[in-house]
Amino acid sequence: MNVKVLILLVFLPHNLLAQSFSGLGSTAEGFADPAPNTIFNFPLDHGPHNTYRVEWWYLTANLSGEDQTPYGIQWTLFRTARSPNEKNGWLSNQIWFAHAAITTPNEHFTTERFARGGIGQAGVTAEPFEAWIDEWKLSGKNFDELSLNAAGPNFAYNMSLEAEGPLVFHGDKGYSVKSSEGQASYYYSQPFFKIKGNLSLPEGDINVEGNAWLDREWSSQPLSENQLGWDWFSLSLENGAKLMGFQLRQTDGLNFSSSSWIEPDGSLTSYGNSEFVAEPIKESNVYDKKIPTEWRLKLEDKNLDVTVKALNPNSWMNLSIPYWEGPVYVSGSHTGRGYLEMTGY
Amino acid sequence: MIASCLLALLSYWHKNPLQIFAYLSGVALATALWSGVQAINLEAKVSYKAAAETLGEGQYDIIQPKQDRTISTADYVSLRKSGWLVSPVVDGYLHNIRLVGMDPLTLPSSFLFANANITNSIGETNIFEILLTNESTVKNLIKNVKVIVDQNVAPGMAVGDISLVQRLLKKDKITYLIVDPEQPLGQKELEIVTPHLTLKNIQQMTDISKLTDSFHLNLSAFGLLSFAVGLFIVHSTIGLAFEQRRAIMRSMRSMGVSIRTLIIIVTIEMIILAIIGAIIGIVLGYLIAGFLLPDVAATLKGLYGANISGNLQLRPDWWLSGLIIALLGTALAMSSQIWQITKLPILASAKPRAWMLVSTSHFTLQMKSAILLLTLGGICTILFEGLIAGFALLGALLIAAAASLPALLAWSLGKLQKSARTPLWGWFWADTRQQLPGLSLALMALLLAVSANIGVSTMVSSFRLTFISFLDQRLAPELFLQVSNRDQSIELNTFLSERGIEVLPLMSKEAVISKQPVELFGIKVGNTYRENWRFLDAIENPWDTLQDGSATIVNEQFARRTNLWVGDQVNIASKLTLPIAAIVGDYGNPKGQVIINEELFRNLYPQSYPARFGIRTNNPVKLQSEIINQIGIDNNSIIDQKSLKAFSLEIFERTFLVTSALNILTLGVASFAILMSLLTLADRRIPQLSPVWALGLTRSQIGKLELLRAVLLALFVVVFSIPTGLVLAWVLLNVINVKAFGWQLPMFFFPLEYLKLGFYALFASFLAATWPSLKLIRTPPSDLLKVFASER
Repeated sequence: MNVKVLILLVFLPHNLLAQSFSGLGSTAEGFADPAPNTIFNFPLDHGPHNTYRVEWWYLTANLSGEDQTPYGIQWTLFRTARSPNEKNGWLSNQIWFAHAAITTPNEHFTTERFARGGIGQAGVTAEPFEAWIDEWKLSGKNFDELSLNAAGPNFAYNMSLEAEGPLVFHGDKGYSVKSSEGQASYYYSQPFFKIKGNLSLPEGDINVEGNAWLDREWSSQPLSENQLGWDWFSLSLENGAKLMGFQLRQTDGLNFSSSSWIEPDGSLTSYGNSEFVAEPIKESNVYDKKIPTEWRLKLEDKNLDVTVKALNPNSWMNLSIPYWEGPVYVSGSHTGRGYLEMTGY
Repeated sequence: MIASCLLALLSYWHKNPLQIFAYLSGVALATALWSGVQAINLEAKVSYKAAAETLGEGQYDIIQPKQDRTISTADYVSLRKSGWLVSPVVDGYLHNIRLVGMDPLTLPSSFLFANANITNSIGETNIFEILLTNESTVKNLIKNVKVIVDQNVAPGMAVGDISLVQRLLKKDKITYLIVDPEQPLGQKELEIVTPHLTLKNIQQMTDISKLTDSFHLNLSAFGLLSFAVGLFIVHSTIGLAFEQRRAIMRSMRSMGVSIRTLIIIVTIEMIILAIIGAIIGIVLGYLIAGFLLPDVAATLKGLYGANISGNLQLRPDWWLSGLIIALLGTALAMSSQIWQITKLPILASAKPRAWMLVSTSHFTLQMKSAILLLTLGGICTILFEGLIAGFALLGALLIAAAASLPALLAWSLGKLQKSARTPLWGWFWADTRQQLPGLSLALMALLLAVSANIGVSTMVSSFRLTFISFLDQRLAPELFLQVSNRDQSIELNTFLSERGIEVLPLMSKEAVISKQPVELFGIKVGNTYRENWRFLDAIENPWDTLQDGSATIVNEQFARRTNLWVGDQVNIASKLTLPIAAIVGDYGNPKGQVIINEELFRNLYPQSYPARFGIRTNNPVKLQSEIINQIGIDNNSIIDQKSLKAFSLEIFERTFLVTSALNILTLGVASFAILMSLLTLADRRIPQLSPVWALGLTRSQIGKLELLRAVLLALFVVVFSIPTGLVLAWVLLNVINVKAFGWQLPMFFFPLEYLKLGFYALFASFLAATWPSLKLIRTPPSDLLKVFASER
């Protein structure tokens, strides 16, 4: 088996990795575990937390070209530790990897990078903020004004971002529960970025602008043993509100869901299991898999009942660990756009 | 019914153990050399593949440090941060094992180390803490490292994470960087990011498997030749067995066995026997391969620097190919016999001599096909380029020679018969002639073996003579030396010029010229070059034009591959195009070479300095120790002329050791063919000899005549083999060598060698004929008498 995949298995729900090897992911020997009522310390917490097993800086953006053609980009930097004690140079236990993608209505470009910590090939510093792997970089003098770039063999992007609202904290003030058994992570977001820049595609360069959403999450044990995968939505509605909702699919056919309703001023209402409901409406055949690319989402408390539809159903991230991720449209009780990530299919 | 019929047919072999022996050994010998050679080739190919998968050789561009520079981790990170998708490799030796450190995170996925199956035995992801190695290497590895055995790792090598290998080798530098074939947009230029590093394209690297292709093809050709010889044995024994069993078959047919059933039974019988023979052959082949493999491994390492495993494995690929070729050979040999069965009339009397009495028209037909074959072979070489066409010509030549042998023999024997003065000799020649059909296959086999021997030994000896004189030209300096950095180079130059010692500095660089990977040399023209080098073709005063920078000298390999000859322009670099002043023969080297003068070379590569030196001195021993003591050059970097010559010759000898071993084996197989033919014929000779005995010749006289006949026939074959062998040698030197290695060799003749070979062949036939003759001498007179009593 590809060594990279093996290393990445730590990110997968336990049942999937049990087929290839057991033990990893269910216990977090020596790693720190998230606890409720933790007070975040910024800018330090924008940087890495090496005593936790996994962590990410996850950015998605819905963009429009000058001709109003919709586009989406993704930029994600992941950190995973093989053990909690850090060593220098090539002996480092930190493994970094990153995904970048551009989605157009007809095409989906993806690429990935891998690096080892300890030698400077990849890392994150809190202030000035810089998150990088190879030549890819998300950086700025603080977390509110950032520039972003990534490139693959046939695409590239260069963007600048400016935050127009505060950071928001999911779950219980940033302590986000991920299963009924209590698995949890630290989770906050900056969903109010304005973003503009340039996409390089095989057909030429395109100027784009739109809005971006940056997620920060870290944990040592993010998933429960009976969880198969997740469906994760981040929606920016036309009334200025935002919705983050995810459901973790379980082997028993049930789901564990969680969501946050974010007002335009950044005030957040958190909802526990089963208040946020997501039902697949339509499946598409993507890379020989049946992938639900149209969903009905409900959040009764906010009278939300919308249909979410993929901009490009073929937004398959055909990487070492494959998954689906791409921009979506929102219609129904509310309208808007957003991003959808689906794993474990 | 099939079982009892099969039993009836098989009982024949029980009564004729010699024939079954001849048949089985024919199949076995045919299979043995073929599968032995295949086993060797396969072992080498597996090793090349393992090396390619382990090291990515010939598949990726690499980035190397320029002379005297190194690659640090910081360089690697700078490159990655400038958009260069490169992966670091640390390479070094520890206790004779090549340790290769790689980074599984950035390594392209075609590499073995990026796909290693490490989960089963350990159960966790500690790829970073293990070494991957194959079974034959594992026992030599250091004890305190976790090792996972993976048969796909190249022999003599262990691969692990860069952190582990750096620790084991006590090294913190990177040896080279593998460049991913897919690079991102917007990458910065290498020269700007890391000016001390340089990119080397795949085209500049030599692909081991391509280089060695010709060597393996040579081996295969030998395997095929011996297979053909073995097939002659099979063909003649099958023919005889079918002929002698006509009576049984006729009886079986009369008892109601249908032709269909009969054919099925005969086929089953032949398949069983072929499989038994093939199995014996495969076992023999395994032994032969095991015996030859160490030499082949040494040759490949010496000639091409290719590492192959010295351990032979029983791989189904080669033993299956042995089995299949044995079955195909048997099928070929029995097809005409089967056809005859279908035409066997139930009531016709058996005609045991029919098989032997192949008419002269048959010989004429063979002669015609020989001419046709030769024409086809010739057309083939004209129409098609490449080694395969060369071998096709060679094959056509050999088969044509073999096919025309019986006709030529029959014709000569006819002449001799007419010129015989006494009735006895008249009978002797006539009798020899009528035996031809039965013996012709064995004689053809002998012809093939002797001609191949003459051809190959002429080639090898011509090559050796040329090579020795080439070494004398090239290795004129008394000392050869290699320095490891610029300071040493300057120091050495000063040291030598202060003492007035003639020195031949040599700068070299791998380059791509006229789309060919070559070694470009910068030399200082001196007396040694002028006096010693001989050219294949040159303008007047080529050294002068090289010295003043107005021309270049290239080796023959380069000239042939690019089809650029004396006077043609060579584009050496973007602003440097020079005419060829001379072409130099360059043997034992697979690469093209282009030589220019020192100044031009320095203009092209300002950073370069001479790293190799040839030194002229009357007292090499004293100078050697002075250089070692005063300049601090390591003893391993300096070698005297005598040792270098001995070393080069040793590589040469080893290269052809395998060839000569195979040569001897084919001659052995051919002698065996003669022995078997004579033995199987001996019984059938009695009715023909009885009348001669009755006329007054003693059994002893008859026996001696039989012996003489065998030796005379062999003599004839040997005489015919010499021209055939020489033509073969010509093809080897002027077609095969040119295509396989890129050099043409002058042909020399070695009459004493041929005489010796001829003597061996005669002696082998004499030995082969002794036993059947003795058998004849000891035939009881009653048996000879019975011929007249029994009704045939």
